[in-house]
Amino acid sequence: MFDLNEMVMAQEVLVMPPYSGELFTLTYGALVSQLLKDYENDAEVNKQLDKMGYNIGIRLIEDFLARSNAGRCNDFRETADAIAKVGFKMFLGIVPVVTNWSASGDEFSLLLENNPLTDFVELPEGHSSLNYSNILCGVLRGALEMVEMEVAVWFVQDQLKGDNLTEIRLKFIKRL
Amino acid sequence: MTIYTLYIFDRNGTCRHYSEWNRKNQSGLSIDEECKLMYGMLSSLKSFVGRMSPVDQKESFHSYRTNKYKLHFYETPSGLQFVMTTDLNVGNITDILQQMYCNIYLEYVVKNPFCSREEAVKSELFKTKLDEYVRGLPIFATKLS
Repeated sequence: MFDLNEMVMAQEVLVMPPYSGELFTLTYGALVSQLLKDYENDAEVNKQLDKMGYNIGIRLIEDFLARSNAGRCNDFRETADAIAKVGFKMFLGIVPVVTNWSASGDEFSLLLENNPLTDFVELPEGHSSLNYSNILCGVLRGALEMVEMEVAVWFVQDQLKGDNLTEIRLKFIKRL
Repeated sequence: MTIYTLYIFDRNGTCRHYSEWNRKNQSGLSIDEECKLMYGMLSSLKSFVGRMSPVDQKESFHSYRTNKYKLHFYETPSGLQFVMTTDLNVGNITDILQQMYCNIYLEYVVKNPFCSREEAVKSELFKTKLDEYVRGLPIFATKLS
């Protein structure tokens, strides 16, 4: 027997409300450019973005768990798939490719063909060390920390800097 | 069927929320003390039932019952624990606790930037919604036996 209420709720939790992707992209752009004005230093801005992302991540994980109904992962490969196929899909609408595993299986890369954060962005001169989308690293770090995994996350390639792809690298450090 | 109490613990063992409905007996402890002991008992129980399992088990226990009440336990992968005590006629309510997490805790605590992540939830909106939800449950029906 189906409970209609339950089915409606189940649908509600699975479908993202239709926020405008452009508004999101532009808001993020405004945030980064304000940080650049405030801190006047790429490294410091990277750090601030990472910190903001971390604070988002530690809350976002609950949203992720509640809506995906995901259980615990058995190994880091499962985690990688969950991040790419469920997490990125749910919040950014893209599915990055999981690849470049290290031999010991504790490091992998996420390849993004198009990064919605950078849709209208062109990096101005003199910001070669700015990781524009560094907030993503923070989000991943924060979210994984809440499910008892300490990871390091960093940008390897960035389309904004003329690379073909955007590559985010994740390294498993320890279980908390 | 009836519901007695609800505890919500975070991963550090802090009691984020406590409420009671038809509880007639008090434990004689302060609420802080009671929460601490409850959390302690649940973590020992959880780890020991896991250790005693003769086969691999991913999840720990869902509930235990005594002659007089039943305690239901649901833990999210992020370490939040939802603990509810009810009378003995209540079946498996994991889905109810899960919905409480998805539809109430998530919406009114996690998504509320003013809710600190370390201490008890102060949001009145959360408390009201939670109370409404619990009172609306079919298992809340208080036909006192």
